[in-house]
Amino acid sequence: MEKKTSPLRSLCIALAVIAALVIYAYGFQVTKVSLEETSNPIRQERFIRILRALAKPDLITYEKEEFIVEAPIQIPCPTGGAQSHAPDTSKPYITVTPACAEPKGEVTIEGFNFEPNTNGPLNFIPPSGVSLKMESIQTDSSGHFLITTNLPKRPSDEVQTIRAITRRNLGAPHFSRNAIETWEKIVETVFLALLATTFGVVFAVPLSFLAAKNIMSPINSPLTSVALSILFLPTGLALGWQVSGKIGELSQTVGDSVPINLVGVVLIPVILWYAIRWALPPVEETTPAAALRAARLTVLLFALLLVIVFLFLLANLAGLMGNAVIASLGAFGFLGKFLASLGELLRFSITLISALTGAGIVNTIAGKLGQNIAEKTSAPVNRIVNLTLGALAGAVLFALIGAGIDWLYELENPFYTFTLPSLIGAVAGFITASALSRNATLPIGLVIYMVTRTIFNALRSIESLVMVIVFAVWVGIGPFAGVLALALHTIASNAKLYSEQVESIMAGPIEALTATGANRLQTIVYAVIPQIVPPFISYTMYRWDINVRMSTIIGFAGGGGIGFLLQQNINLLNYRQASAQMLAIAVVVASMDYLSSAMREKAV
Amino acid sequence: MLSIQHLTKIYSPGGVKALDDVTFDVPKGQFLAVIGLSGSGKSTLLRCINRLIDPTSGAILLDGQDITRANTDEMRRVRRRIGMVFQHFNLVHRSSVLTNVLAGRLGYINPAWSLINRFPKADIEKAKKQLERVGIGDKAEQRADALSGGQQQRVGIARALMQDPDIILADEPVASLDPVLAHSIMQHLEKINKEDGVTVLCSLHFLDLVHRYADRVVALNNGQLVFDGLPSEIDDKKFKEIYGKDAERVG
Ligand SMILES: Nc1ncnc2c1ncn2[C@@H]1O[C@H](COP(=O)(O)OP(=O)(O)OP(=O)(O)O)[C@@H](O)[C@H]1O
Ligand SMILES: [Mg+2]
Repeated sequence: MEKKTSPLRSLCIALAVIAALVIYAYGFQVTKVSLEETSNPIRQERFIRILRALAKPDLITYEKEEFIVEAPIQIPCPTGGAQSHAPDTSKPYITVTPACAEPKGEVTIEGFNFEPNTNGPLNFIPPSGVSLKMESIQTDSSGHFLITTNLPKRPSDEVQTIRAITRRNLGAPHFSRNAIETWEKIVETVFLALLATTFGVVFAVPLSFLAAKNIMSPINSPLTSVALSILFLPTGLALGWQVSGKIGELSQTVGDSVPINLVGVVLIPVILWYAIRWALPPVEETTPAAALRAARLTVLLFALLLVIVFLFLLANLAGLMGNAVIASLGAFGFLGKFLASLGELLRFSITLISALTGAGIVNTIAGKLGQNIAEKTSAPVNRIVNLTLGALAGAVLFALIGAGIDWLYELENPFYTFTLPSLIGAVAGFITASALSRNATLPIGLVIYMVTRTIFNALRSIESLVMVIVFAVWVGIGPFAGVLALALHTIASNAKLYSEQVESIMAGPIEALTATGANRLQTIVYAVIPQIVPPFISYTMYRWDINVRMSTIIGFAGGGGIGFLLQQNINLLNYRQASAQMLAIAVVVASMDYLSSAMREKAV
Repeated sequence: MLSIQHLTKIYSPGGVKALDDVTFDVPKGQFLAVIGLSGSGKSTLLRCINRLIDPTSGAILLDGQDITRANTDEMRRVRRRIGMVFQHFNLVHRSSVLTNVLAGRLGYINPAWSLINRFPKADIEKAKKQLERVGIGDKAEQRADALSGGQQQRVGIARALMQDPDIILADEPVASLDPVLAHSIMQHLEKINKEDGVTVLCSLHFLDLVHRYADRVVALNNGQLVFDGLPSEIDDKKFKEIYGKDAERVG
């Protein structure tokens, strides 16, 4: 059966072909495709020179020995004829014939007794003493060379000089300065990628759960809980921040006493162990009495404070020990410095973590309280509570957003950044509360999911080469800026990849564990995490691979590593040096590629 | 002990009425078979009982407590009394058999301890005993997905037993298994029912299994309870009522 082609169809195809032609023609124009340029002889010569330089990476040098031999030349010939020149024929010597010539005249230069198979320049030295290169010398196996060339156009009354230089390699080859610099920078590059990947992954893994729909969508809360959480969240943040700040200050007072810090670091875990053992019995068949529960809660809060104290003391100790051993470790002093930096990092993160923990605790309490209010109150009371809380929470939320906008744009107009948003928020909250029926819940999990997703997608679309420019302004040009930029990009893109893996796990085991009475945390630990370990490892290796690649060029934008060196050498037209760096990059990237795929195979 | 009252479930997108005003009681220690065509609502019914699915209306009384109104904490206590066995076993493939069985204790264990993956010694002993009981004591350290289907279902049963359940819900526990294995799994369930006095609610596709193992049958058709009685009472007329008038008896 033959298919009939309708005229409309043919027309469509014709139009498509024309459209494609136009698109490619325009593409050629905007990208300035020019075959003429590629065949331009000057450009070709330049290109070939660069290629040849690139083919000889500057990696190895020798100690050199130079032979310098000179002969006089007169330009133009003086009236009395040229002075005779009788070289010492027992040493290397050159002869110039004729011994005088007109400017640009042709002369033959012959060398004898040189080291066999050496090379070097043949220079013309005018009275001013500068050195003008005429030709390159290459001696044969008997140490002889013969060059016919034209003199420069430099007439002078004085006798001028032709100088032949040959160089001989002495001793064993060794790495050039450039090779050593390249090595140092490539090490910096690899570690830049390692740190960025580590930091990025540490944050991306927990965040990926927030961006996984199957984990987040079952999380629903009654409006009362959500409203209370919003109201108390800032309080929790501030509380955690303040408490850890105060403890931090206190811990500073014993900051430089090793024994106190040491005793604390050893003793506190023991206390914690017993406190937690008592407060969190592994198995509990029945609900304990209220008094016992309160006592346990108190002990747990106390334990939490102790944890903060412990961490601060640990940070102190790390700093003290690190700084103490820097001197005595000599070449391994960086280990001490690392320890000290870890201490600082810890101190810095405790405040952040405890603020978040504070927020988490307050949030949990608010959620429980809200749940209780929602369950235990009569319908009208519940309604009034919801309407009030809804309006309040809406106002606070919008006021916070307003404050953010004010900070960013410096509007300094409280009506637009405080009053109006609060009012709108209050109304919105009120409307939401009145629209919801008594037992309705808000899909708070989905909201969090969508917000995190959006943030990740936005961050992911900014290349780390662009991010590094911002970070270089903040922390200065160098590898640290590169680490931050790559880490941020790693967080965004890996959290996305991880969350997709979380979403694609089998739901059966989660269902089964939920059915045993496991709570959400337990189902994540026992049903989700075992399923995602292999893909997480595989994506982490993949990202490490990408980060190594990126870190080799992030220096172009101020991010440190070998890219910085490469860019400098390219700008200075040191192609042989640049070639060494390109080679190093190729070797590192290829071996990382191999390594990561090998490890990925192992992991899965 | 278990009383289902006017249970209705409407799936919200699409408005499928999977359960329609279902009411029946299950006395303690009974082996109850739930039968019905595919899509008749058997899975939905079983999952409503431990609230894996939230029913739209109606009540489920377990020893007088209405499960449909239980909050999160109460639900945890209710769920750990109800073991569940699944058609596709629902094991965590990459975990060991022992870990899979121990997971049955999660409802009892303080979640904080789960974070560091610790189970009490007594639980580990108990898990090993349950594995012995279902005849795969030697497989404890293997990965769950290294086991055959029949063995995986035994792990599933051992996991349910770890809960010290009063009730076991089994959703087509043998539908993925061959007939010989099916009988061996059903015998395990029967043993648990007879020896431990655990109430079993088991949805089944094959009437011969129903006749062989069940004390009583309820049948669903299109979400409605169309039969409630002894297996022997299912005659040809009843059969057509349950499975539709074009159905032929094979079992
Ligand atoms: N999550 C869901 N969303 C919407 N509809 C659903 C959902 N789960 C089940 N249903 C519908 O509810 C009805 C009952 O389904 P159910 O799974 O309870 O049947 P079943 O008797 O267990 O069937 P089978 O023997 O095939 O397992 C079916 O019509 C099904 O399409
Ligand atoms: Mg089913």
